[in-house]
Amino acid sequence: MSTPFREILKKEGFVVTTEVGPEKGSSVSKAIEHIELLKDKVHGLNVTDNQSSVMRYPSLGICLLIKEHGGEPVLQVTCRDRNRMAIQADLLFAHSRGVRNVLCLTGDSVDVGDHKEAKQVFDLDSVQLIHLVHTLNSARDIAGNELSGGTDFCVGTAASPSSDPIEPQLIKVEKKIKAGVDFIQTQAVYELDEIKRFTDFVRNMDEKVRILAGIVPIIGVKMAAYMNENVPGIVIPQRIIDELAEAPKGTGVAKGIEMSARMIRQLKEERVCDGVHIMFIGREERVPEILEAAGLV
Amino acid sequence: MKGRVIAFCCEHSAYPAADLAGRLRLHYSESLRIIRVPCAGRVDVIHMLKAFEKGARAVLVLGCEDGACHHITGNTRARERVEQCQVLLDEARLDGRSVAMHNISPNAPQKFVRIADELVNAKEQSREAI
Amino acid sequence: MIIAERKPMEEIEESVAEYKKVLVAGCGTCVTVCWAGGEKEVGILASQLRLARGAAGNEIVTLETTVERQCEKEMVTEIKDKVAEADAVLSLACGSGVQTMAELFDDKPVLPAVNTTFIGMPEREGLWVEMCGACGDCFLDRTGGVCPMVRCAKGLLNGPCGGTRKGGMCEIDPDKDCAWVLVHRRLEKQGRLDLMREYVTPKNFRAVRRPGKVQAAKA
Ligand code: SF4
Repeated sequence: MSTPFREILKKEGFVVTTEVGPEKGSSVSKAIEHIELLKDKVHGLNVTDNQSSVMRYPSLGICLLIKEHGGEPVLQVTCRDRNRMAIQADLLFAHSRGVRNVLCLTGDSVDVGDHKEAKQVFDLDSVQLIHLVHTLNSARDIAGNELSGGTDFCVGTAASPSSDPIEPQLIKVEKKIKAGVDFIQTQAVYELDEIKRFTDFVRNMDEKVRILAGIVPIIGVKMAAYMNENVPGIVIPQRIIDELAEAPKGTGVAKGIEMSARMIRQLKEERVCDGVHIMFIGREERVPEILEAAGLV
Repeated sequence: MKGRVIAFCCEHSAYPAADLAGRLRLHYSESLRIIRVPCAGRVDVIHMLKAFEKGARAVLVLGCEDGACHHITGNTRARERVEQCQVLLDEARLDGRSVAMHNISPNAPQKFVRIADELVNAKEQSREAI
Repeated sequence: MIIAERKPMEEIEESVAEYKKVLVAGCGTCVTVCWAGGEKEVGILASQLRLARGAAGNEIVTLETTVERQCEKEMVTEIKDKVAEADAVLSLACGSGVQTMAELFDDKPVLPAVNTTFIGMPEREGLWVEMCGACGDCFLDRTGGVCPMVRCAKGLLNGPCGGTRKGGMCEIDPDKDCAWVLVHRRLEKQGRLDLMREYVTPKNFRAVRRPGKVQAAKA
């Protein structure tokens, strides 16, 4: 059995999480493979919630599978697809089945996904969602009714340390911290300085919040250009692009893994943050290589 | 008006140009009908549409050269309206190319004749094609 | 004011396909100002219909009228004779106008020729932008006069999402300012940034019980 994520966060060590992306369909075989491969190598497995507004197998379903397989799931919840009633009901269910970690997110717009004509909900925003989880934790619903058993969730959220302008972002982070979060997993970051600045900001407000820097390996010059162009809040520095350009053909993935591992080592050795959250979308099976190269297993 | 080409001519530019063409005895198509307007900007989309409803097969809006409009922006407005009219005609499954806007100066009778003939001939050809 | 946009010609044509005599009815208020359904647009649409149907050898007779406010029964009553003459009414008013007309002349098909889109203002000539979501629970006092309910693509109430683009543009539309960057700028300028730091509780989405009803206080 894995250690509860909350206990891990309380300890001194470097925290490592990664994610399992649900498939588009009822098949869970791929997810099970990834769970088996990763569950003992990391402290928590995030499960994305209709990521990028693409309809998929539910986050909660995969979280239950992770529990069954002895891993520690982090349930990602966005505000896009469910109103406050549905979110609360889902959280009660998740808790009753042993899920103990929730990552509170806004969610992407339906405009970027594969159901562009869907009604997007956003009944709540991510700050309100954090408050909601705490309310359930106190055995009440957010309408003030008493519950026949509350929840006991460890609460996390996300942040974008590379946003420009950064001030409005930081005000939002401040509100999230005030609402009460145990950990923050950041958007992909590539500059140590940026993470450092962000960590300082958060620690200044609340020392107990653990910060896991987002790691997304860049495996090609094209991918870098695409991300810089199209993924708001991510800035890939030129030196990374240059290093990739110099790598021999066909070694992009290996190079990406190498650079990510190097970054993780630095973050750990220089104690820049408390851990990392590795997102290697579509290449989950290669996450162990990053962990090995970074000396985390 | 059946089969005619209607030319809305600004009295500061196209109309004097047409007048001069007449005085110089330059020849242009008989199917052209000239309507004198105080400014190309005075011609509204509905005027152009009504011309087609009455059976015109093409409409020309002729205004002053860029920067020379007596009412400052009449010619640019006219161009916008002609473009809008092209869309409206296409929407009604008529040919948007049947309406056109040109800028002309009062002392350019040859240009007047060329523009008129070009549109008339183009429409004649397209009629044959149909 | 209320902003609307004319429906595609095809859709309008299809809706009146079976009628020979149609009253094209505009409204002199909001839709006139946003160039969607005033007297001018009535003339253009009627002409287009005549041209299109004429070319197809299926002539249509159009009557044209523009009521000062199509959402007021008294004003709409004035055109009852014209309505009586037509097989159907094609209304270029907002949904409210179309329904007033439909209620008043309930023996006639009243068909919409515009799509009513939002409450907004002109940003520049010919361009209108959404400003108000008519939520019935205005909190512009807390946001520097910028409504994130409608001007943020996700209607977020406590600050920006993580997607704001470089330079403060919205994640889903690089041509649109992120509403929360606007709120921030405005409040910063006024020295009231603390307002943005205050937690905004979940919105009362039932402040207006649908369908909405407002009773004026007696003067
Ligand atoms: S970028 Fe700004 S306006 Fe756009 S969805 Fe995010 S918070 Fe809303």
